[in-house]
Amino acid sequence: MSRFARNILIAVAVIAALYGLEYIFVNGIGGFEIPPFHRRIVLLCGISITLAVSLNLINGYTGQFSIGHAGFMAVGAYSSAYFTFYYGEQLAANLGGGTFGLFVEFFLATLIGALAAAIAGLIVGVPSLRLKGDYLAIVTLGFGQIIVVLLNNIEAVGGSRGFSGLHRVQSFFWIFLIAIATIVIVYRIVHSAFGRALISIRDDELASEAMGVNTTRYKVMAFVISSAMAGAGGVLYAHFDSVIAPKSFEFLKSFDILIMVILGGLGSIVGSVIGAVTLTVLPELLRQFEQYRMIIYSVLLIVLMITRPQGLLGGFDPFKGWRARRRAKSRTEAEEITAEDTRDAVSVKKEGIDR
Amino acid sequence: MATFLQQFINGITLGAIYSLIALGYTMVYGVLRLINFAHGDVFMVGAFSGYYLANGIGVRGAQSLMSNPEGNAFGRFLSHGLLGSEAEPSIFTALLIILLAMVLCALLGVIIERFAYRPVRKYSRLTALITAIGVSLLLENGGQVLFGADPKSFRDASDRLIPSQNIDLGGGVSLNNRDLIVLLVALGLMVLLQLIVYRTKIGRAMRAVSFNLQSAKLMGINTDRIISWTFALGSALAAAAGVLFVMRIPKIEPLMGILPGLKAFVAAVLGGIGNIPGAVLGGLLIGLTETMVVAYMSSTYKDAVAFAILILILLFRPSGLLGAVAQEKV
Repeated sequence: MSRFARNILIAVAVIAALYGLEYIFVNGIGGFEIPPFHRRIVLLCGISITLAVSLNLINGYTGQFSIGHAGFMAVGAYSSAYFTFYYGEQLAANLGGGTFGLFVEFFLATLIGALAAAIAGLIVGVPSLRLKGDYLAIVTLGFGQIIVVLLNNIEAVGGSRGFSGLHRVQSFFWIFLIAIATIVIVYRIVHSAFGRALISIRDDELASEAMGVNTTRYKVMAFVISSAMAGAGGVLYAHFDSVIAPKSFEFLKSFDILIMVILGGLGSIVGSVIGAVTLTVLPELLRQFEQYRMIIYSVLLIVLMITRPQGLLGGFDPFKGWRARRRAKSRTEAEEITAEDTRDAVSVKKEGIDR
Repeated sequence: MATFLQQFINGITLGAIYSLIALGYTMVYGVLRLINFAHGDVFMVGAFSGYYLANGIGVRGAQSLMSNPEGNAFGRFLSHGLLGSEAEPSIFTALLIILLAMVLCALLGVIIERFAYRPVRKYSRLTALITAIGVSLLLENGGQVLFGADPKSFRDASDRLIPSQNIDLGGGVSLNNRDLIVLLVALGLMVLLQLIVYRTKIGRAMRAVSFNLQSAKLMGINTDRIISWTFALGSALAAAAGVLFVMRIPKIEPLMGILPGLKAFVAAVLGGIGNIPGAVLGGLLIGLTETMVVAYMSSTYKDAVAFAILILILLFRPSGLLGAVAQEKV
């Protein structure tokens, strides 16, 4: 079976499995039902995973520090909300409503949100990533603030009162489809030639430039992809409670995502997932300490940086052994071929010398 | 024309405050190549120190620290502040408050450097940056728990310290005496800083460290001590800026440092980061632009102006107005 066919098959299987899980998730199984409050937390975990894993691509793997992820999330959230509010439901109704209409509507919404966030990422990324150093951090921080100021002043999306009456899509299927897609995309990027270039930029920008990596281009590409995925996370967030307000995209939101990534480990997808789940569930369990939550987070962050700067699971990759074995296998095949080639080449050379 | 001149004066006054904050950013960046995110929050702590120095922590607060606060001078100072213990507060009380706030924040700066930044100095710059964000959030959220999240007013204190008075400059332009004090104090501190950096041994060592940390170490300079000094100076300037800021805008709250901090950073980049006169120039320009935008366009976008400027500088002149284009050494 060709690789392509196999991948298609896996994708179909994942989608089918997600649909099955959604059914169980909503209706329960064998008389057991998940309480709505817990259901809500599981779904929020899915959104957090999307955001954390996408931020890890730029912060963990490319080593460029973005601290305005909530800004891109806001762009995705508001642009898709604008679409579903003014056009989407009409479109879904024209398509006969039901599951198919909803699917098309939400698919388009995700696409629009991701695209808008990607464009925002390009605008922010090009000026700041041309330079070496930490400019991205401050520009993204500023961008996050500007977006909130702008959204507070745009009446078409509710201004500071918030944008309410949105289509509510609290769907296990959609949230985890996008979360899984984000994980797969980041995983595939990181283990490709493009990803190697990103990691080389992180480890030594000057050296990788000397090796012929177009650092600006690669950094901007990684940043735009990361922003687009944050936008998709924003789309999920916007349609979660049918209301969004600029206030929920302020710096603290960016920081929440950031600490998920850092706690889990910069440059570890598994770490980001664990960080996202932990830091979504923990605040729910520790509601009575809400006041001290941020103090604990910030102290944790400082102590973590001093004792283990790569994060708890930094650089950890559970599939490393499996990939190494697979690579070793293909290498032996390749070596056999090269060995033959070398023999031929050597004999040609010898002939040349003899003559 | 009168409006323009009036706005110009307002802009310069605001800009002088941004300049003071920007100096701290630029000095720390000069020696450590670190964006000290916590700097804006040191500015906030400076403003709060000013508030508590002027008003005290209240009788109940003082009672929780000692049994009979009214019995001795220190106790009276704790519960009522400098304003309570002096019959006739004057400008000298205001200057004393600024000075004490500077000392407190200088200590805070040294503590932050010693316990948060020094341990991570051996790691990558990214680690230091994340630590700086951690410190910034610790100060913001610690401030919310310690000082309370609700805004406090500095109006009473500044009214008693320096009763507001407009000095007429003719042609419909006037200068508030508080603004004049802001300008004079800021100018004095800048001159003092210039003297420290160019006329003292510590200043010379600071310049050496910012030129090349490794070589400075080889020349026998105690770089750790110089870095501590840099933080102390920068934080003291931020504290002065904090007290001056709340004299003009008498509302203080634990998150007040974020935006002025960011704008001051933009000012430092605009002037050329690492360059001391550049930070002053950048601060004045940012203050002027912001005031003009509020006066002639719309106040809603005043917080967005600085970032628009930042993006423009990064596009067209990343080394800043006065910064030299640095060659990257391998």
